[in-house]
Amino acid sequence: MGGYIARRLLSAVPVLLGITVIVFLIMALIPGDPATAILGSYATPENVARINRELGLDEPLWRQYLIWLGNMLQGDFGQSFALNRPVLDEVVERFGATLILAGTAFVLCALLGVIAGTISAANQYGFADKAITFAVLLGISIPSFFLGMMMILLFAVRLRWFPVSGMWPIYGARDAAALFSHLAMPALALAVVATGVIARLSRSALLEVLRQDFIRTARAKGVHERSVIWRHALRAAMVSILPVLGIQAGFVLSGAVYIEIVFQWPGIGRMLVDAILRRDILLVQGGVIVVAACYVFFNIVVDVAQSLLDPRIRT
Amino acid sequence: MTAAFLLFSRNRMALAGGVILFIVLLLALAVPLLPLADPDVTNTANRFRPPFSDGALLGTDHLGRDLLSRLLWGTRLSLAVGFAAATIAATIGAAIGVVAGFYGGRLDNIIMRGVDMLMAFPYILLALAIVAALGPGLLNALIAVAAVNVPFFARNIRGITVGLAHKEFVDAARLSGLSRPQIILTEILPNVLPVIVIAMSTTIGWMILETAGLSFLGLGSQPPQADLGSMLGEARAALISHPHTSVVPGVMILIIVMSINLLGDGIRDALDPRLKSGALSRPMAATRVKREGPVPEPTLDGILTLEGLKTEFHVGTRRLRAVGGVSLAVRPGECLGIIGESGSGKSVTALSVTGLVASPPGVITGGAVRYRGEDLIGAPYERLRAVRGGEIAYIFQDPLATLHPLYRVGDQLVEAIQAHQNLGRKEASAKAVELLRDVRIPNPERRIANYPHEMSGGMRQRVGIAMALANDPEVIIADEPTTALDVTVQAQILSLLDDLRRSRDLAIVFITHDFGVVAQLCDRVAVMYAGKVVEEGPTRSVLEAPRHPYTARLIACVPELGGGRRRLEAIPGLPPPVDRLPDGCAFADRCAKVRPVCREGDIPLAPQGDRAVRCLFPEEHPSREAAE
Ligand code: SF4
Repeated sequence: MGGYIARRLLSAVPVLLGITVIVFLIMALIPGDPATAILGSYATPENVARINRELGLDEPLWRQYLIWLGNMLQGDFGQSFALNRPVLDEVVERFGATLILAGTAFVLCALLGVIAGTISAANQYGFADKAITFAVLLGISIPSFFLGMMMILLFAVRLRWFPVSGMWPIYGARDAAALFSHLAMPALALAVVATGVIARLSRSALLEVLRQDFIRTARAKGVHERSVIWRHALRAAMVSILPVLGIQAGFVLSGAVYIEIVFQWPGIGRMLVDAILRRDILLVQGGVIVVAACYVFFNIVVDVAQSLLDPRIRT
Repeated sequence: MTAAFLLFSRNRMALAGGVILFIVLLLALAVPLLPLADPDVTNTANRFRPPFSDGALLGTDHLGRDLLSRLLWGTRLSLAVGFAAATIAATIGAAIGVVAGFYGGRLDNIIMRGVDMLMAFPYILLALAIVAALGPGLLNALIAVAAVNVPFFARNIRGITVGLAHKEFVDAARLSGLSRPQIILTEILPNVLPVIVIAMSTTIGWMILETAGLSFLGLGSQPPQADLGSMLGEARAALISHPHTSVVPGVMILIIVMSINLLGDGIRDALDPRLKSGALSRPMAATRVKREGPVPEPTLDGILTLEGLKTEFHVGTRRLRAVGGVSLAVRPGECLGIIGESGSGKSVTALSVTGLVASPPGVITGGAVRYRGEDLIGAPYERLRAVRGGEIAYIFQDPLATLHPLYRVGDQLVEAIQAHQNLGRKEASAKAVELLRDVRIPNPERRIANYPHEMSGGMRQRVGIAMALANDPEVIIADEPTTALDVTVQAQILSLLDDLRRSRDLAIVFITHDFGVVAQLCDRVAVMYAGKVVEEGPTRSVLEAPRHPYTARLIACVPELGGGRRRLEAIPGLPPPVDRLPDGCAFADRCAKVRPVCREGDIPLAPQGDRAVRCLFPEEHPSREAAE
């Protein structure tokens, strides 16, 4: 087991390097004088000189990359000139808020999606199946930012169940209850699309498994149909559902950008959009790399979970 | 293709999606011709007019611009950008995929590594990075969305191309001297094109959503030009005071994306062969019962009796008569063999007993199955569940497929025990160890922690037998339990079953296609052909003097009885298809003694001495009869 984890971690190194190369190349696309472009309206002569020194912008491309990578490995992601603070500090602070939002949404969509898909498969072509299929279709067709806005209108403005936006109350205690009431709507809005996708996939994974011989064995043993579905079939179907959960985590993280804008959640998505609009390139770079790296590690966690679930791939 | 079209047109939802999408497309195309207000003319005196006001059907926005006009122009722009992004992504992605898949080797490896790398990103990060580099703007957003979707197409198309690259027609093109680019254009491309179109139809909704999203964030279309996303983005500031300015573009995005998804699902379902064949339908907890006649009176004697059992498979409009009226009986301590080729209906007969035939498509259409006189056909689910594994237990072929791959064998045994006995986890575990010992598995205390894939085939089958014995059943139905095993292990399993039968007074129904196995274990044997019993009697006398020509041929195929594995395929010809059974004797086409009268009407299973035979001209055995 330990060996498996170590090998998976090792295999993440080239992926992480590849991500830095891709981000670096995209940034090299920037037309014109890179230092001025990176600095945008903060291009004072001493700032330009500093960027040129830090990134070695007069060096050949590959040396620039190595200097940049070396700086990052030492925790130096550069300086956000717009915010006048180190990129890494800002990114870490904002990413925390995103993790709370996206993490909650992910747990929600994984649970709801798998349960809905299982119910759907167990009642194939029945009423529950049709209702879930329709809800899923609606869920994967509605833009999450529009859904979020409609939820604000209904639950915050009309019903006053939850606050309109933000992560913490402006006055009052920053406790769990306050966080929860602020978190409920954005997390739900963010979870909807992924829930639909996961429900759909779980349904078909389950239908596939229900045809297999070991399901007939379970029935022949006299196991109750309830456990045939929820123990035997679901466990086996999880083998193909889990990797999709990993992929959907990426979609949840992506959707968080919109949701953070709609609900004014102080997360990294909002930071990135603001940074792009202000042309704060180094902040964009740092944010993208940190989030991508976290996503890669999350997928390692999914792989390890997969190996715990399926003894056949443990070696 | 026409069948696929039929299936599609029967799908009302998909059809509705298609119609809505068509209307939206038509509107978008016709926008310049419609008598609409200028979408970009601001009139601050007329801000936030509600819907249905004079001269503004959907009202006006925060700058007093006509919402209906902006909505239609925005729809036109969103659709155009979405389709453009999809086309660009599909073209580039497919080109990369075809090249990687066709050339293979190092090139393929490098390309696919890159693709995997791109897919390791949450897509929005890549899109944001591209927009950050190029600057906000609709064209740049389009480029970003297209770029983000390239890997998806590249990977899909590569998979298809790899499959095609080794097909005969491609080899033929190679031999005829075509260059590789020529082969790609003339042989590969026409074959991957449909896949590209389907992939596009399932992703285009996404792309419209993604570009709308970037515009919503203010990174796509810039004012005054508006697509649906930026309309929604601009309206957000007035969400609470004037919700209609948000609702109008939002609902339009929903309508477009939903109709595309409906249509895409319909196309995908129509082209999926598994849906047509019903291979994706969920088998119910018990086989469906639809008796088409009266329940037969009990006439046979035994702990388990089958009378006139009929099981069919209903696939579309076809009815496959897998079991066409089988009557059998087994007594305690007795072993009844059922022998036949694959497709003879022997397994379906066995599974019908406790309603384990997959349904759909299986339907039990007639007859009775009586356990201690109680009819199990149509019994309530709870009763069937109690019988299954409790009174009648099964042993299946190939325990690698029939044991759950993800649970330890001990847990599977415990589950079998707890399904019928009110035992705690500890006691059940102890009993599981006992059971493994009973079936002569060495080190049972350690073995219960094994997963099925960690055991040998013979050991797995012993687990299968232990599971069948878990609740001291009265009847065991063994469906080809030794077929997947090698000869020595097979002999061990058979002798184990024989011992168990004697020590526990079990009734065993043993299904096989191997006369050698029948000879070793069974007291009586029933030979099945095309869903019917054609001969039944004491094993020894059937083996020595088969009466039915089919039985005779089966036995003639066996070089010598008493060990080894033999297959039945050696008989010339094939059994008749069970959805088109001929009149009269089903064996007529393969029978050397066939006469016209054999094809005329149903031939009854007629008692003859110690057995029953379904034949008008049974084989004679004068020497044996003289000896009797
Ligand atoms: S009934 Fe006729 S055709 Fe059928 S097995 Fe007997 S002899 Fe052959």
